[in-house]
Amino acid sequence: MNEALWALGRSTGVVALALITVSVLLGIVNRSGRSPAGLPRFSVALVHRNVSLLATVFLGVHLLSLLGDSYAQLRLVDFVVPFLGAAKPFWLGLGTVAVDLLIAVVVTGLLRRRVGVRVFRAVHWLTYLLWPVALAHSIGNGTDAGQAWFVIFALACVASVGAAVLWRLTPGFVEFRSVRMEQRP
Amino acid sequence: MTRDEPRTLLHIDWTRCDGRGLCTEILPELLTRDDWGFPLAPRHGSDVPVPDRLVDAAVEAVALCPRLALSLLQR
Repeated sequence: MNEALWALGRSTGVVALALITVSVLLGIVNRSGRSPAGLPRFSVALVHRNVSLLATVFLGVHLLSLLGDSYAQLRLVDFVVPFLGAAKPFWLGLGTVAVDLLIAVVVTGLLRRRVGVRVFRAVHWLTYLLWPVALAHSIGNGTDAGQAWFVIFALACVASVGAAVLWRLTPGFVEFRSVRMEQRP
Repeated sequence: MTRDEPRTLLHIDWTRCDGRGLCTEILPELLTRDDWGFPLAPRHGSDVPVPDRLVDAAVEAVALCPRLALSLLQR
């Protein structure tokens, strides 16, 4: 049973990171206002939301399955307060930071109309902190970090998000941007 | 106001609208996009009458607007 929980904890962590990566990519596509491959924009927005919620579920399983694990030595406080862990406190703490940030981003995302655009956007920007912190946690704490498949997976995550962020920074990122700029005196 | 006129209005807050195009996809019968990507309802400006059969779609558009620029009004 302990072995099963251990395997579950490791695999759900990797899946959660993959889903968060996909969500970041979809979020950047959303922000551009463009329809990727002719897909409707609202459907991309909905998939962005649902992938994030799925990531949150996997993260929940990741946390609960490792609770009480003899090697990770997690306590409930490690779920919310970073850097108090018994084993690898720094790398575990990064995971805790990522959990806290994800909770903030998801809650303000779901309560967007309640909290207003300013709070929503300010908190949503934290995703650019969340993602690298989660990635660093998976590399620093992950049992499989040295495995070839994980290295390939991590490199694919870095390459895709890196490319998306570079695109995000280009002047032509937002749809209609060039037409809108032309009209300025 | 005549009897057939829709009671529901889709209000567009232009200070928030960024022309992301989601509402024009969800409500193609109601809104088109102007040359700069912003929603355009011919003859209606900021308060667009929503026929009953499109009210559900309008609710979706309000919920999905990335800039929270849409709201529904009753008259």
